[in-house]
Amino acid sequence: MEMTGAQMVIEAMKLEGVDTVFGYPGGAIMNVYDEIYKQNDFRHILTRHEQAAVHAADGYARATGKVGVAFVTSGPGFTNAVTGLATAYMDSVPMVVISGQVPITMIGTDAFQEIDATGISRSCTKHNYLVRSAKELPLILKEAFYIASSGRPGPVHVDIPKDVTAELATFEYPTHVDLPTYRPTTKGNVRQIKKAAEAICNAKRPVFYLGGGVISSGSADLVREFVQTTQIPAVETLMARGALRHDDPLLLGMVGMHGSYQANMAMSEADLMIALGPRFDDRVTGKLSEFAKHAKVIHVDIDPSSIGKLVDVDYPIVGDLKEVLEVMMPKVKECVDPDRFQAWRNILKRYNEIHPMQFEDSDKVIKPQWVIKRVGEILGERAVVSTDVGQHQMWTAQFYPFSYPRQLVTSGGLGTMGFGFPAAMGVKRGMPDKVSINFTGDGSILMNIQELVTAVEARLPVVNIILNNHYLGMVRQWQTFFYDKRYAETDLSFQPDFVRLAEACGGVGYRVETKEDFDEALEDAVNKGVVAMIDVIVDREENVLPMVPSGGTLYNMMLEYKD
Amino acid sequence: MKIERRVISVIVQNEHSVLARITSLFAARGYNIETLTVAPIPESNMSRLTIETRGNVRVIEQIIKQLHKLIPTYKVIEHEEMVEKEMVLMKFPINESLANIQALCEAYNGGIANVSSQHIITMVADEPKRVKHFIEAAQRFHPVEIVRGGVVAMERE
Repeated sequence: MEMTGAQMVIEAMKLEGVDTVFGYPGGAIMNVYDEIYKQNDFRHILTRHEQAAVHAADGYARATGKVGVAFVTSGPGFTNAVTGLATAYMDSVPMVVISGQVPITMIGTDAFQEIDATGISRSCTKHNYLVRSAKELPLILKEAFYIASSGRPGPVHVDIPKDVTAELATFEYPTHVDLPTYRPTTKGNVRQIKKAAEAICNAKRPVFYLGGGVISSGSADLVREFVQTTQIPAVETLMARGALRHDDPLLLGMVGMHGSYQANMAMSEADLMIALGPRFDDRVTGKLSEFAKHAKVIHVDIDPSSIGKLVDVDYPIVGDLKEVLEVMMPKVKECVDPDRFQAWRNILKRYNEIHPMQFEDSDKVIKPQWVIKRVGEILGERAVVSTDVGQHQMWTAQFYPFSYPRQLVTSGGLGTMGFGFPAAMGVKRGMPDKVSINFTGDGSILMNIQELVTAVEARLPVVNIILNNHYLGMVRQWQTFFYDKRYAETDLSFQPDFVRLAEACGGVGYRVETKEDFDEALEDAVNKGVVAMIDVIVDREENVLPMVPSGGTLYNMMLEYKD
Repeated sequence: MKIERRVISVIVQNEHSVLARITSLFAARGYNIETLTVAPIPESNMSRLTIETRGNVRVIEQIIKQLHKLIPTYKVIEHEEMVEKEMVLMKFPINESLANIQALCEAYNGGIANVSSQHIITMVADEPKRVKHFIEAAQRFHPVEIVRGGVVAMERE
């Protein structure tokens, strides 16, 4: 069938089963928006900034596992979207972002709203395309969705010049993709798997090191079974929170800079690390030469370049985690004796008794950790939790009782302030039956505050909980610890009235200074069904602890801070 | 870890901005490119790049894996047993001894490529190490311009 490039874009969305597109129109992408106007197959949600459109698509993708989609125009529309692309790229989130471009005839002339978009997105996408003619478009769009969601997932950017969206060509949408240059290895090497299984059975102090790959590959159920049958304790990275239930006695907590003492000690003293889909981020490993230095390493990852990038691996296994575990688990079951690890589990339990993950509560001020714990008690599994970036993010990772995969949506790799609110809108759109909570800070929330308008208009009742310490808290904490309290530009005492700000946009706002008020505000906000801003005034000077200072070692944590 | 020299061939789909993908990968990750040659492979829709690089074992391994990861990359060959050649053009003033220059070039698998009223241009194609020696030896003829072509390589088997 013959149609315009713009119509092809709409058709492709339909055929890919896209139900939501987040975006913002502009000159170069107007032909596509004209077709959006005429269709009823998907809902377009108009954000008030392109960055938010991409974060919303990202949040939608993280919460549902489906490919998130965003449309933006050329030039500034695209450059505004770059932070969103980079955020998704660092956390391996499947996404397709389509940008308008000036007509092919004007490319290279410094035309109005022209920028070399694919040149810019090259280093922050899994792949990108500049479409040269309408006849290439069906194949490119098919490939874009396939590449975004297969192998190690990631964002794909498609840049479409305006004349291509007007050009007529035959539309035949491919049913499958065959790229001779792109064939991700999904089956692990059986010999390697067998050797790894033996290593597990012969270990004395093994530990599971669970990364974001557990979530993105949909292997959490298998991993839970694996942990259960072997009775081997496990640590989770930030991106793996929810892989195991929070109350699983074998879960040692989060690992790394703000991980639990027992998790970091387990890594430091283990003789075997079973790494399932992590990428050995510096925020996890601390000083590399001291990281898990007694451990042999099994590393399963779909991305060969993740394996051996930072740490030497004894049993490298390239493959899809699910497929690898399906082969590995029966082999381990044959030889494993869960009692063998009893002494090891006892040691770790002792570590946890000495330094449990806790905070000192207060009657005088609200502690930020209390707020998170309290939301966990009240909403628990009912909420999907997004965060912004900073202290509140780490406290959420430490104290929220996560029970299932995809329950936490957070910018781990890039650490993008301003991510949480739009992402939580995407979460609400993808998981309408869940309460979409965004834990945020008084710094982060202002970085995409305009989305209050979107959330009201599009009826996406996100509950924003600001842990307001009138500081750019995490930077302030580093200034306290490492810069002799020279608080350079981190005092945010001057700030808007968040309650009235929310109300001005049609939402509801609450200012909370006591614990009792918090419970009431939360209940009211959840029941109101409109975007909410709960401004919780918390202890200003609270620090995220324990902490491995940057470049320090996991076994040498700062457990308390004495002024 | 010891820094070593490596020659890597990359077979890629012949498409828009594929060379930019490769060079920006090297730039973004801080890898070295010593020389780089590119040309289409006859009767195919592929191109072949030969990259001469330096790095320790871990860096070289990452370079290969990262090159593989690029969507248009079909194959990455890390050369071990290879024949490698590099071409060099050199321009000398006409008042230098033509016979001596010719003799030197012949010793290095080359010859005189052109002689004009002003200059002598020579061409040599040999192993990169020998090309380096040739350039050193040719200094006494006061070259005015040197153009190196970059390494090309082929596996022996």
